[in-house]
Amino acid sequence: MTSEFAVELRDVVKRFITPEGNDMAAVDHVTMQIKNGEFFSMLGSSGCGKTTSLRMVAGFEWPTEGEVYIEGKAMGHTPPFQRKVNTVFQSYALFQHMTVFQNLAFGLEMEGAKEDEIKKRVGRALEMVQLTGMDRRKPKQLSGGQQQRVALARALVKTPDVLLLDEPLGALDLKLRKEMQLELKALQQQLGITFIYVTHDQEEALTMSDRIAVMSKGKIQQLGTPVEIYERPTNKFVADFIGESNFLEGKIKSISKKEASVFVPSLNAEVVGMPISEGLVKGEEVIVSIRPEKIRIAEKDAVNQNMFRATVTNTVYIGVDTKVFVDAHGAKLKVWEQNRISRLDPKSFYTVGQEVWLMLLPENTIVLKKD
Amino acid sequence: MLKRLRESKSAQGTLLALPTTVWLFVLLIIPLILTAVVSFGKRSPDGNVIYTFTLDNYIRLFGYSTNCASGQAACFDPLYVNILLRSLSLAFNTTVLVISLAYPLAYFIARSHPKQRNTYLFMVLIPLWTNFVIRVYAWMMLLRKEGAINIIIGWVMNLLHIPFTPLEMLYTPGAVLVGMVYEFLPFMILPIYTSLEKIDLSLYEAAADLGANSIKTFLRVTLPLSMPGVVAGTILVFIPVMGTFIVSDILGGRQVILVGNLIQRQFLDARDPTFGSAASLILMVMTLIVTYFYTRKFGFGEEIVVA
Ligand SMILES: Nc1ncnc2c1ncn2[C@@H]1O[C@H](COP(=O)(O)OP(=O)(O)OP(=O)(O)O)[C@@H](O)[C@H]1O
Ligand SMILES: [Mg+2]
Repeated sequence: MTSEFAVELRDVVKRFITPEGNDMAAVDHVTMQIKNGEFFSMLGSSGCGKTTSLRMVAGFEWPTEGEVYIEGKAMGHTPPFQRKVNTVFQSYALFQHMTVFQNLAFGLEMEGAKEDEIKKRVGRALEMVQLTGMDRRKPKQLSGGQQQRVALARALVKTPDVLLLDEPLGALDLKLRKEMQLELKALQQQLGITFIYVTHDQEEALTMSDRIAVMSKGKIQQLGTPVEIYERPTNKFVADFIGESNFLEGKIKSISKKEASVFVPSLNAEVVGMPISEGLVKGEEVIVSIRPEKIRIAEKDAVNQNMFRATVTNTVYIGVDTKVFVDAHGAKLKVWEQNRISRLDPKSFYTVGQEVWLMLLPENTIVLKKD
Repeated sequence: MLKRLRESKSAQGTLLALPTTVWLFVLLIIPLILTAVVSFGKRSPDGNVIYTFTLDNYIRLFGYSTNCASGQAACFDPLYVNILLRSLSLAFNTTVLVISLAYPLAYFIARSHPKQRNTYLFMVLIPLWTNFVIRVYAWMMLLRKEGAINIIIGWVMNLLHIPFTPLEMLYTPGAVLVGMVYEFLPFMILPIYTSLEKIDLSLYEAAADLGANSIKTFLRVTLPLSMPGVVAGTILVFIPVMGTFIVSDILGGRQVILVGNLIQRQFLDARDPTFGSAASLILMVMTLIVTYFYTRKFGFGEEIVVA
């Protein structure tokens, strides 16, 4: 390995002329560095440029601006068949006229591998994805999940440095998806190959990834570990896109090196002692973001800081949690209460119209720039 | 009665198959039997059929002759055998040529921008709007001694100061071949196009991803996946070429006689329906044999349904 990074995108732009004749940037000044052996995910809603970014790494698409590096080498217009990366396609793209064995052997034959070596490597790859004995079947004679495994094995048998996966589990049902997520992750750790994984399923990304790039409209919104992305989103988009959040508009009242106090008009109160990110100044209009499961509900005022009176407007029992919707001086907030105790007793529920106290723990609260 | 029909699936099936059965019977089986019966008959001196059972017509077709130059009682006359072989080899050559022209064309159309595809397909189909015979006559105009091709070559040669005598192109086997290729080209382009167009673009990308350059991708992915189209096209071209007589009649004159011409002349000019029927049956058997072995090896092109 010559480079610290398996794949690097430096300031990459990809423009398309749409059929309507508009010029649009599907990928807009994207820079990311993917480390060797990393499970890296690109997460974003439909049309945000994930597939396009991946295709530029594979070589099916060339950047309009910027450069893609693989193992430290600038790729330029290197065609796909000369790049040491392999792709697992969303639609699998299996060769229907070939058997499973021939599908896997194809890539090795292209390398000029000998017959017995091909046999050995195909056998091992099939074993890896638990398809031993299926080698004489045609893809049409396999279930969706099995076809997915063939697609995976066909890419892995080439022992690429980097494996690109474009929503490989998109066509599978939920249960199989969850199984495959864990299997894929285990396989990646066992083989030590760099995975670049495209998905629009945030739970999937959070489950599997070492790091995630959250994308929107062709731009990276945040790049970090799952914990960072969930616990410390750096902008409102990420806070909103990943999981759920309550947003309160406010103004910075006082700020120190580590903490800020924000006056929130809709609460008619100040939230104090919140950790801050860089670049915030006193008097700035900001958004206070807090996850619903991080708000505590208390029967009465316990501490005097960061506690706010609220009225319960609705409750929804969903098994794991009870969703409590409250109104605090006009600020509508959602609060997820975990059902640690049995809720069989109706008295354990909050009733609509009940007065409660909300406690915001400052360390769970994020102050974001208003954009 | 109606109640029974409603309850019995097999009765329903029989009823549904009835129109087809009648159609096949009236238009295919009966004429075929009639042809067979006639082919075993004899021609009366005034050109009618005497119904007996004799293999004379078949024996004659395969070269038995009593009309020998050497004065022998019987000898081998290769006339009809040659006609059969000529038809077979012309059908073969036409099919091969048509494939080699149609494949690149179909490939080009299938890989062109979707907006242009329909225009190209339209252009392929336009000639079919003109009557078959008229299209063949057009080739006569092009190929004859005073025809367009000779005029153009002559004009170019004149510019280059090379002496030029107009080429005799009409009434040659080459002219018939050109005409056949021209007539049947669309029937090959369309099924090949259909099978090429069906190939998922991601398969090309997958092949490239796995290390195949464009030549290997073509040989290992594109070609095998488009074979059903080639097979369907071959069936659509080979069979009619074996039987048609118009192209060879107009462009081949008396020089290039095919089974089709032989049959036509037996019925119309020679007024010998018994010999014509025998030739018809032999043609059918020959075509069936070739098609049988061909489809056994390559399968029926599934595109035949689409085309
Ligand atoms: N060949 C192309 N020509 C024109 N526009 C394109 C082309 N390919 C992609 N786009 C546009 O670029 C944008 C990004 O597409 P891309 O396929 O990368 O999205 P994505 O993030 O993978 O979305 P999804 O989750 O739906 O797969 C889209 O708006 C799409 O319409
Ligand atoms: Mg996509």
